[in-house]
Amino acid sequence: MQRSASYSILFAAVVCLVCAVFVSASAVSLRERQNENAYLDKQRNVLIAAGLANDDEKLTTEDIQTRFAPIKSVVVDLATGDELRGVDPQTFDQRKNSLDPETSRAPGKNPAGVQRVPNQALVYRLEDNNELGLLILPIEGKGLWSTLYGFIALDADLETIKGITFYEHKETPGLGGEVDNPKWKALWVGRRAFGEDNEPRIAVIRGRAGPASEDPYRVDGLAGATMTSRGVGRLVRFWLGDDGFGAYLNTLRKTEVKG
Amino acid sequence: MADPASEALIDPLFNNNPIAFQVLGICSALAVTTKMDTAVVMSIAVIAVLTASNFFVSLIRNQIPTNIRIIVQLTIIASLVIVTDQILKAYVFEISKQLSVFVGLIITNCIIMGRAEAFAMQNPPAMSIVDGIGNGLGYALILLMTAAIREIFGSGNFFGIPVLPLASEGGWYIPNGLLVLSPGAFFIIGFFIWILRTWKPDQVEPE
Repeated sequence: MQRSASYSILFAAVVCLVCAVFVSASAVSLRERQNENAYLDKQRNVLIAAGLANDDEKLTTEDIQTRFAPIKSVVVDLATGDELRGVDPQTFDQRKNSLDPETSRAPGKNPAGVQRVPNQALVYRLEDNNELGLLILPIEGKGLWSTLYGFIALDADLETIKGITFYEHKETPGLGGEVDNPKWKALWVGRRAFGEDNEPRIAVIRGRAGPASEDPYRVDGLAGATMTSRGVGRLVRFWLGDDGFGAYLNTLRKTEVKG
Repeated sequence: MADPASEALIDPLFNNNPIAFQVLGICSALAVTTKMDTAVVMSIAVIAVLTASNFFVSLIRNQIPTNIRIIVQLTIIASLVIVTDQILKAYVFEISKQLSVFVGLIITNCIIMGRAEAFAMQNPPAMSIVDGIGNGLGYALILLMTAAIREIFGSGNFFGIPVLPLASEGGWYIPNGLLVLSPGAFFIIGFFIWILRTWKPDQVEPE
C-alpha cells in the first residue's frame, strides 16, 4: 500500500531499531561462550602445531586441558629476547597489546603486511626434563583477503619445523582456505626454517617442492591461491626474523641449544 | 490437495522444490555439501531463518510501506542470519568454522527473500511459518541427498564414519575426487532435476 514518505522513514527507523537491539542482545549474551570456544580452539591449534593432536580428532575440553598440561606458556620480550617470568600468561592478551601504542610498535613496511608488533609475545614451550623439546610461536600476517593467525612449531634444535597451523583466517574456502588442509600442513614438517647466519629462509613457492630431505627450504604453493601462499611464506619469515622472534631465538640458541 | 496448510508444507518438497524446480540457492548447495555434518547444520540454519523471516515479514505485512518493502525484508533476514551465525559460533564452533562465510551468505540465499516476497507478504503468519518450514525442508532434502552422495562416494565416509574402506587405507574403494569438488555437486543436482522432471513432466518449462 502507498503511504506517506514520513511514514516510510519512521517505519524503517523502527525496524532498524528492533533488529539492532535483537542482534546486539544475542551478540552480547553469547559472547562469553564464543570467547571460551575461541580460547579452546587456540589451545587445540597449539596442540596440532606441536603434533600432540590431529586435525580431525574430536577433542573434549578435558582432552585439551590434559594434553595442554605439559606445555608451558611464557611471555617473552621481543626486543631483548628475554623470558619474562613476572608476566602472567593467563591474563596476557597479545592481540589487544598489539593495538595499543604503549605496548607495541610499528615494524615499518614489511612484505608480510604486519602493521603492529607487540613488545611482548606469548610463546609455548613443550619441555622434556626441563629442557626445551618444542617451541611453538604465534604467527600472523596478510594473506589475500584477511589476516591469518596461527602457530609454528620448531624442534629443540630451533632449525627444524615440526608443524604449522592457522586457527583464524578468512581466505577463500577451497583455494586459500586450504591453508587448513592437513595434507598441506604436513608438507612443512621436517623442513628447515633458517639458512646461513640464522636468516629465515623457508619459502612457499609456486608449484611443487621436493621432499624435505632434498629441498629443505621450500614448501609447495597452494593451487589457485598464489597470494595466500606468498603471504604465508612472508609472514613465517617475518616472525622468525629480527622484527619478530629473532632476538628470542638467539637467546635460546645461546642458552639451550647444545652443540 | 484439500488442506492448504499441508499443501504449503508438502508442495515444496517435490512439486515446487526451491532448488530442483525454482533453481534457487544453488551456490550454498554446492559449497556446504561435501560432508553430511555441515549440510545438516546448514539445513537447520536455513529452515530456522526461513521460518522466522516468513513469520516476521508476514506479521508486519500490512504495515510495510510498499516502496521500501524489499529493504525491510532484507533487514529482518540479515538480522536473523547474524543471530544464527552467533548461535552457531557459541554452540557448534567447529562446524561454524567449516561453514565459514556460507552462514553469512544465507542472507543472499534467494529462497529466503523469494519466500518473503512471494508468500509471506500475502499470507497470514501461521501459513507463512508452514510455508517457511516446507521450503526449508525442500532445500534441506536436496542438500542432504547431495551431501550423502558426495560424502559416501567422494570420501568414503558418512557423517565422518568410514563406510567404504578407502584404497589408500588398505580397503578397495578408490574415492571419486570430482565429487569432493564443487562441480560434482552440479552434476548431482542436475541429475536430481532431471529425475524429478521425468517423474513430474509438468515441471518442464515450455520451450
